[in-house]
Amino acid sequence: MSAERPPLAPPIGLLAELTHRCPLRCPYCSNPVELERRHGELDTASWQRVFDQAAQLGVLHVHLSGGEPTARADIAPLTGHCARAGLYTNLITSGVAPAGRRLPALADAGLDHVQLSLQAADAACADRIAGRAGAHAEKLAFAAAVTQLGLPLTLNAVIHRGNIGEVEALIALAVELGARRLEIAHAQYYGWALANRAALMPRREDVSRSVAAVEAARRRLAGTLVIDLVVPDYFARHPKACMGGWGRRLLNVTPSGEVMPCHAAATIPELTFWSVHDHSLGDIWRRSPAFEAFRGTGWMREPCRSCDRREQDWGGCRCQALALAGDAAATDPACVKSHDHDRVAALALAEASAQMPPYHYRSFDRRSGA
Amino acid sequence: MTFADTDVPHLPAGVRLKSDAVRGTVMLLAPERAFTLNPVAVKVLGLVDGERSVGAIVAALAQEFNAPPEAIAADVIELLDELARKRVVER
Ligand code: SF4
Ligand code: SF4
Repeated sequence: MSAERPPLAPPIGLLAELTHRCPLRCPYCSNPVELERRHGELDTASWQRVFDQAAQLGVLHVHLSGGEPTARADIAPLTGHCARAGLYTNLITSGVAPAGRRLPALADAGLDHVQLSLQAADAACADRIAGRAGAHAEKLAFAAAVTQLGLPLTLNAVIHRGNIGEVEALIALAVELGARRLEIAHAQYYGWALANRAALMPRREDVSRSVAAVEAARRRLAGTLVIDLVVPDYFARHPKACMGGWGRRLLNVTPSGEVMPCHAAATIPELTFWSVHDHSLGDIWRRSPAFEAFRGTGWMREPCRSCDRREQDWGGCRCQALALAGDAAATDPACVKSHDHDRVAALALAEASAQMPPYHYRSFDRRSGA
Repeated sequence: MTFADTDVPHLPAGVRLKSDAVRGTVMLLAPERAFTLNPVAVKVLGLVDGERSVGAIVAALAQEFNAPPEAIAADVIELLDELARKRVVER
């Protein structure tokens, strides 16, 4: 561990998983497969303390997320608390009940921005993916309410085999709904998405077509709509800098108050997470073992250690390295330099060309999900 | 599309300034993004209120710094153009 350590910059964002409860059952949900239940959730005062500490630590954006964050009855007071602490609040919502009913109170409380998920542009397709009839119609009504209140709207669509043909239609829908930004985010395979990978993995030619559609729309819609594109890892040459690098920009707080460098970090069994019950957020950011484990470049082995991209992608995603290479400290197999890259690419190809298995829908009881 | 003298710039909904005690700077916050502002940008954006035109902003700065407006206008417009491209300022 001789690598030079620059002084630790304050975090930019806090992802507050206020609850894992959600009326939808998306098969790619980024929540862990072992969902936390309501009785273990932090209470209002604890979240308020966390937000105060976040502001003192230098956090700028708080992402009020879940599950469905509006499933918490105290979502408006929590939003107001963040606003008073000077934090920029972003609501990451499915838009289904009770989100619509609570929206005006959130706007009054000073909410800065809304990010609404869509499963597809076609209602039947969207409802099949979300695992709930009528969800899409509710989302459209919610989007209209957001813009009517004068709140800025971003739409987020996770792209996979079941909706990859809908990318152009999603772009058109985003314009129609008055969104300022659209995130076309190819599925990231951890949590539920890993369990459903064979049903989600798109074909390479469909991926190329969807990327071309985004690029054409960006030119056509410059000044109207910003489109952010997250390309699928398994088809890339280099991995993404997961969360902007481990312990560099973001903190994730789970419903029960454990603090993680990324929302999938609990899949790495050797990590020890500190809780907001026992430590301040600043202490956790600076000294907790889970944040220290893969921070910077000191933990790296070859080929990352001597690679000139090591401070661009920080070796990729630790959770993906564990899931695909069996070792959280390995090079992310999304990278062409990983020994596991070819095997993983072949796996993606095989899954994408096989018949699509049924979804294993998200649920609190793993056995009933199929 | 560059800003004209008569254009009235404003910050769109969801974009705001924050004076950041931890970093000792003023930040421009937008959805998923944050920009560190230099002192000149802070001055300019402090005058962007959805009422003043570019011309009025330049005049106010010229007066404050006791400089001819022509010397300031190009820099102000360049900054506003750049922020408009990032969609954090609109006309
Ligand atoms: S991904 Fe789907 S199921 Fe998971 S929290 Fe978001 S809306 Fe709910
Ligand atoms: S070898 Fe490591 S640092 Fe280099 S590109 Fe691949 S993952 Fe990134």
